[in-house]
Amino acid sequence: MTSNSTTRKSFLRLPDFSATQWGPGTVATLIAIFLLVVLILPVAKVIFVAFQEPSTGAFTINNFIDFFNASLFRESFINSFYVSAMSVVFATLIALPLAYFTTRFNFAGATLIQTFGIIPLIMPPFVGAVAMQLFFGENGSVNLLMDEWFGFTIPFMEGLNGVILVQSVHFFPFILINLSASLQNIDRSMEESALNLGSSGMRLFRRIVFPLSMPGYVAGASLVFLKVFDDLGTPLLLNVNNMLAPQAYLRISSVGISDPIGYVISVILVAFSLFSLWVSFLALKNKDYATTQKGGGGLLKRDLKKWEKVSCYSVILLILCFVMAPHAALFLLSIATVWSFSPLPDAYTLSHYTEVFDTAGDFISNTLLYAGLAGLIDVLLGTAIAYIVWRTGIWGRKALDFLAMGAVAIPGVVLGIGYLRMFYHMEVPFSDIPLASFWGIIVIALAVRRLPYALRACMAALAQVAVSLEEAAESLGATKTRTIRKIVIPLMSGGILAGFVTSFATAAVELSATIMLVSSEADAPLAYGIYVFMQSAAGRGPGAALGIIAVLIVGVGTYLSHRVIERSKRHRGES
Amino acid sequence: MSTQKNCKGIKIENVGLKFGKTEVLKGVNLEIQPGEFFAFLGPSGSGKSTLLRAIAGFGPTPSGNILIGDQEVTHLPPWKRNVGMVFQSYALWPHMTVRKNIAFGLEERKIPKDQVQQRVDEALELVDLLPLAERRPSELSGGQQQRIALARTVVVEPQVLLLDEPLSNLDANLRVQMRRDILSLQRKLGLTTIFVTHDQEEANTTADRMAVLSEGVIQQIGKPMDLYDSPNNRFVAAFLGSANILDGEIKISDSKPVFISNQGLELSIQHQATGNGSLVFRPQNTRILHNDANQNDMILNGKVIYREFLGSLVRYGVDVKGHLMAVDELHSIGGKHIDEGAEISLGVAMDQTVIVYS
Ligand SMILES: Nc1ncnc2c1ncn2[C@@H]1O[C@H](COP(=O)(O)OP(=O)(O)O)[C@@H](O)[C@H]1O
Ligand SMILES: [Mg+2]
Repeated sequence: MTSNSTTRKSFLRLPDFSATQWGPGTVATLIAIFLLVVLILPVAKVIFVAFQEPSTGAFTINNFIDFFNASLFRESFINSFYVSAMSVVFATLIALPLAYFTTRFNFAGATLIQTFGIIPLIMPPFVGAVAMQLFFGENGSVNLLMDEWFGFTIPFMEGLNGVILVQSVHFFPFILINLSASLQNIDRSMEESALNLGSSGMRLFRRIVFPLSMPGYVAGASLVFLKVFDDLGTPLLLNVNNMLAPQAYLRISSVGISDPIGYVISVILVAFSLFSLWVSFLALKNKDYATTQKGGGGLLKRDLKKWEKVSCYSVILLILCFVMAPHAALFLLSIATVWSFSPLPDAYTLSHYTEVFDTAGDFISNTLLYAGLAGLIDVLLGTAIAYIVWRTGIWGRKALDFLAMGAVAIPGVVLGIGYLRMFYHMEVPFSDIPLASFWGIIVIALAVRRLPYALRACMAALAQVAVSLEEAAESLGATKTRTIRKIVIPLMSGGILAGFVTSFATAAVELSATIMLVSSEADAPLAYGIYVFMQSAAGRGPGAALGIIAVLIVGVGTYLSHRVIERSKRHRGES
Repeated sequence: MSTQKNCKGIKIENVGLKFGKTEVLKGVNLEIQPGEFFAFLGPSGSGKSTLLRAIAGFGPTPSGNILIGDQEVTHLPPWKRNVGMVFQSYALWPHMTVRKNIAFGLEERKIPKDQVQQRVDEALELVDLLPLAERRPSELSGGQQQRIALARTVVVEPQVLLLDEPLSNLDANLRVQMRRDILSLQRKLGLTTIFVTHDQEEANTTADRMAVLSEGVIQQIGKPMDLYDSPNNRFVAAFLGSANILDGEIKISDSKPVFISNQGLELSIQHQATGNGSLVFRPQNTRILHNDANQNDMILNGKVIYREFLGSLVRYGVDVKGHLMAVDELHSIGGKHIDEGAEISLGVAMDQTVIVYS
């Protein structure tokens, strides 16, 4: 039981759970050790190094003093903060009308609009970043036309503006989803009782509707802040380097892994992530404002007057055009021969796609392999942790859950740096390749980063399986192990699959940890390929084609997981 | 809180209401006296809530007139009606404390702060929950939430109080207690009150008068006991309590009225009427005869199909020429029972029967 080979074997056989021989306690311990090694220790190492004198190893806060003394880093810090905050503002401007119109009014096409509203999530922001230049850049379609018609241009994509634009167009769905859910959960009786007590109009909105939807909004907004603050790919591709995440990457990749500034930045990134998570936690704590309930009347929806309808639809249409711009631009770029200084490409071709399939096949197959393995690891861990948390009384099970969810707070750059630092001096068994440059480490990084998503899916799936179903099987003579295998896992399968697909799809396009860990192009996945292609003007076409392929992979994955979830809901008769 | 001197009556004149094309209320006429405790009773979907909400100003604008006191309110928005409504789900705002919830209506009325404080305290005392003022609604039990919802409504001294199934989310014991509390509160404040329920026991025990609704039409209005004893039509007879109902026809034979049921059962009756109708009598007024028929008993012969022990009662199902009649006997310790399959005779005193038309 203590030998290494048995350990690994049982680990891989987790779903059929050698529970009776091993006990969930052993499994929990193994998972905890795994998470400790691949999540806690690397991050701890990063934090540790940030407070270490590089030459002597003594404790110091000089690295932080150096950081804040350098004007470039001060500027980067302020820029990161500014970009994140402004992205929240613009994401709110996009999300608020969509959420409000579709939930509070009787509105044809509300579902369609909501669906369109989450499409941006299926494209990683950095993929669309370059394409957005072609629409909104200084010499992009919009500014060319504006210059021609009105004689002025707007610097949409100038420096930080570009990052803000791309990020808010990409991340606003987090606000849309959370805010819509909040608005949708306000039972009409909440508003009717206020009307009944003499309140109406803006006062009613301010005193009742707004506060009731606040927790959802804050949760969504803090998520946007966190994502933008941590994102590496978008600023890098837009060549905006005076922000924190790019600085961390550039320092580590140019100066080397012993440069303390990369670690200082990592600590700041982690601190801000934790801070946004804390804000969102506070917003949601004790505030289960979902007020739709038995005897309630459902949602209060109002009919729109004709002119109101026209203006609502115009606003929504404008927003949707904006939101779909990165996809449209990327697609155009992928089939354009030459596209510069003109509103639309000069001519169209499919040659970028053939080029990509000829030369970049490795990127695609690597991606499928890495994301597939990461997804697999995630659902194995997710199922086991979900079971341990919901169905056993093991000491520390909450801590295990917390540990697994902890990855949410760790930016990809930080995890990447941690792995480089920790695994550089270890070697892959039976070879002399450093562990840090072994492709398997990318898989582990992806798995760790996506574990929270898969875990939530598995938790939700298990929560749907009534304990009585298990008890029935046990009372009929099935052992715990057999009950898990024959009852629990099959009933959870929809959720597990959804968890797998979510992990897979998002891992397929992750860049920030990957970019730090890719050691040779032969081992690189799609996201890295897109990044490399997009660096050169000649590579943009094929880069865009690769981007479209990535979007398709993620899109199909998302659609499938959606279908699976819907179907398993129907099976349970919920829809 | 002072007893309301200014309580108003409610007049509903020829009110109709449609959701899209479906007519949900049809020609409703009703007058409720100031200070009266009035119930809307009817099966689910009969339009009770719709009518109540129309009085409060929610939902589509109805045709016809709704008057509170002398004021026509049909086209007033809800916030201008000064009508207090308690929602089935209580609708307490989760982001406010109990005190804030209750103060809301007063604040909307721009009452000075110190008075708000005082009136909220009074309202909380009225429902015996002053110690819970600083809690959140989610920290209260169902019964407490109900009281807070009541306090929040009465604190603004509305002209009338509307309660939509206020007890339906409470468990059975609490329901009995709460309905007494609501009634005593209503008496104390002298508030004109409409109480919507589908539970006839609730309506019977609380209401001064009630209206029975079915399919958007008021079937009958009156005191609970009057409605039970003299239902206007077949629906009311069947809806209130258990009833034995024989459908058929009344004819005069030998200058005496005879009821002939659809299954051909012939009974001589006292009612002076003719035409199609239904003969109604209650299970508890139906006796199993042991050679002790009275002079003016109507006699029915049949066979026992089932026997149910209901606690205080034993109910027999008796097949009388294809009609299944329910017969209730009070249960007592050692009481004798008749077995299923026995042939028996039933007696019903003539004055305990009613003829209704459909
Ligand atoms: N918002 C609505 N839209 C369409 N039909 C409705 C709406 N509200 C109620 N109805 C219909 O009106 C009828 C009466 O409903 P309601 O007044 O709620 O009945 P009750 O309160 O007596 O159970 C029902 O048939 C119901 O389906
Ligand atoms: Mg109702």
